[in-house]
Amino acid sequence: MSTKIVTARVGVKDSHTIAAYIEHGGYKALRKALLEMTPEEVQAEVTASGMLGRGGAGFETGRKWSMLKQDLVKYLVVNGDESEPSTFKDHLLVENDPHQLVEGTLITAYAIGASRAFIYLRGEFAFGLERVQAAINEAYAYGAVGGNIFGSGFSVDLVLQPGAGAYICGEETALIESLEGKRGYPRIKPPYFPAVIGLYGAPTIVNNVETMSNVPWIVTNGGKAFAALGKGRSTGTRLFALSGDVMRPGNYELEMTSKTFRELIYDSDLGGGLKEGRSVKAVIPGGVSAPWIGPDNLDLPLGQDEVAQAGSMLGSGSIIVLDDHSCAVRAAWRITKFFNRESCGQCTPCREGSGWIEKIMHRIEMGSGTESDLDLVLDACDNIAPGLTWPPQQTTICVLGPSIPSSVVSAIKMFRDEFMIHIKEEGCPFVH
Amino acid sequence: MSFFTPENLEKAKVLVGLYPDRRSALIPLCHLAQGQRGHLSHEAIEEIAELLEIQPAEVMGTASFYDMLHTEDVGKYLVGVCTNVACLLGGGQELLDHASDVLGVSPGGTTEDGMFTLEEVECVAHCDKAPCAQVNYRYFGPLGNGDFDTLVDDLKNDRLSESVPPHGVLSRVFRDAPPMVPLEIIHQERRKMDEAKKARLAAQNPDAGGKQ
Ligand SMILES: Cc1cc2nc3c(=O)[nH]c(=O)nc-3n(C[C@H](O)[C@H](O)[C@H](O)COP(=O)(O)O)c2cc1C
Ligand code: SF4
Ligand code: FES
Repeated sequence: MSTKIVTARVGVKDSHTIAAYIEHGGYKALRKALLEMTPEEVQAEVTASGMLGRGGAGFETGRKWSMLKQDLVKYLVVNGDESEPSTFKDHLLVENDPHQLVEGTLITAYAIGASRAFIYLRGEFAFGLERVQAAINEAYAYGAVGGNIFGSGFSVDLVLQPGAGAYICGEETALIESLEGKRGYPRIKPPYFPAVIGLYGAPTIVNNVETMSNVPWIVTNGGKAFAALGKGRSTGTRLFALSGDVMRPGNYELEMTSKTFRELIYDSDLGGGLKEGRSVKAVIPGGVSAPWIGPDNLDLPLGQDEVAQAGSMLGSGSIIVLDDHSCAVRAAWRITKFFNRESCGQCTPCREGSGWIEKIMHRIEMGSGTESDLDLVLDACDNIAPGLTWPPQQTTICVLGPSIPSSVVSAIKMFRDEFMIHIKEEGCPFVH
Repeated sequence: MSFFTPENLEKAKVLVGLYPDRRSALIPLCHLAQGQRGHLSHEAIEEIAELLEIQPAEVMGTASFYDMLHTEDVGKYLVGVCTNVACLLGGGQELLDHASDVLGVSPGGTTEDGMFTLEEVECVAHCDKAPCAQVNYRYFGPLGNGDFDTLVDDLKNDRLSESVPPHGVLSRVFRDAPPMVPLEIIHQERRKMDEAKKARLAAQNPDAGGKQ
């Protein structure tokens, strides 16, 4: 049987209520942490688990916590902005198991000594906001949050914050600005980490919803048990969000590295394969910021380093499949259009570059491109991320900018013929 | 003060009290105002500014950054069709075109009867339901053209008023928690915890303890 951690209660009747949560072992981990463990012991378990952050960058959670500058005032902010296209895992967790998120957040607040904890959810998650606020209310009534929690002498308050529609607010420093009631402009680095200067200028830990949702399990079962799952740096399970041209799109929690891309796409209890007679043309792993991989890489295990070695990233754990009836030019154009819309506009290469690339890609897709457009596009990409390396060189305040070229460069590298057909035949050869 | 209803004003004050800095309540208050009026009117912006003790221009300047905050009137239902890549592969662009035909407005436009505002939206994290649409941030998908027509018909005839609330996303979010622990108390506790930790370390390692 495969181990389920964060989705263990998904599908349980009324899984969002505190009654169901407690019936299934909920809030025991918080009691254990507060009453039997010191904050350092909780941190040590999380460090031992080796858990990498689930938000996209894949930074070790224990290490991040240990980097928190020791000050009297410190904050914890949970990142539930979930706006990376094709990522839809966190919404499952906030809607179906909000108490797990609340419990993980409270344990973390204790471990790092946070003065106050905030859960930031993207504004579009109206239903998730209802569920999480209801869970917070229940947790207060139960005594799991507020003053002197479970008689431990530890107090902390938990506040839910809605976003208002801006992808960039997922970037942790933009998220902090947004939480301060400002425009979501990423902050200039250094300091590289909010762990030094974060919310209201105080040291702040920012962690993803899925990262937080793993914490109760780690406290209950121990960091070692978590580290025993997966391989190498890829410990525990991950929630893979599979979408695009597959028969059974959805969220699948899998032990890391236990399955390959091929298995995730084709296994009958997972992706269920493609439409009759079609084959995989490309896969976009890790969200649209990631370079694409081809059919030759389908046997890669779903692990952090395995995907990185193939020149891409596992990122947010979302996986989009393009089959041979889908147009690579159109997909790459649409992704660029997204970046153009969502660029916050602070940096010239990102703001202007995304617009130029989007325009050129659009004209190629619509049939009025020329052969020299390909070089022009690549040149514009090179201006945003010099050398077009992976990971990219950064010329901008945040990594949204350098992520723009990923799709376009991948599409040109892998499907130059297809671009040429668009140009020669003055239009898109695919039916849509 | 005149914009917020007494009930919403109460809610607004609770929200302002949740943060070390009142300005943090800016986005929540904007959602609250939209739940009441649909968009951010001048009166709403002025009252929010007053509650946050900042200038109306600061509220406006912040609100204008966010796609969900509207400074012009919108329809009763915000219909957002996603055309981002997973939805695109499932026919999202075609669905948007169809929606535009059916409602008789281009993306960004509001129908004459004030019922619908159509928007082309970026990924709304329901890609397994591609192509999908949101109505006041409730999700529907996968949607064929026929499904979309049924949806519009249901909305017009008020058959979904239970599952689709007004578009201010806080209209059904209530914080009923008891008063918060003042930060001063928390900081006192943290100081005690730090001292306990130091004492523990000193006990474990008497040599190092003396140097700290
Ligand atoms: C443009 C951009 C968007 C991001 N969006 C998200 C997001 O929606 N959710 C998230 O958890 N992290 C997002 N991140 C990553 C965060 O900056 C941060 O690394 C993460 O929240 C840390 O949590 P973790 O260590 O638990 O992964 C984004 C980063 C960038 C540059
Ligand atoms: S790279 Fe783009 S999104 Fe990031 S700060 Fe610069 S302009 Fe804004
Ligand atoms: S791409 Fe449409 S919801 Fe994600």
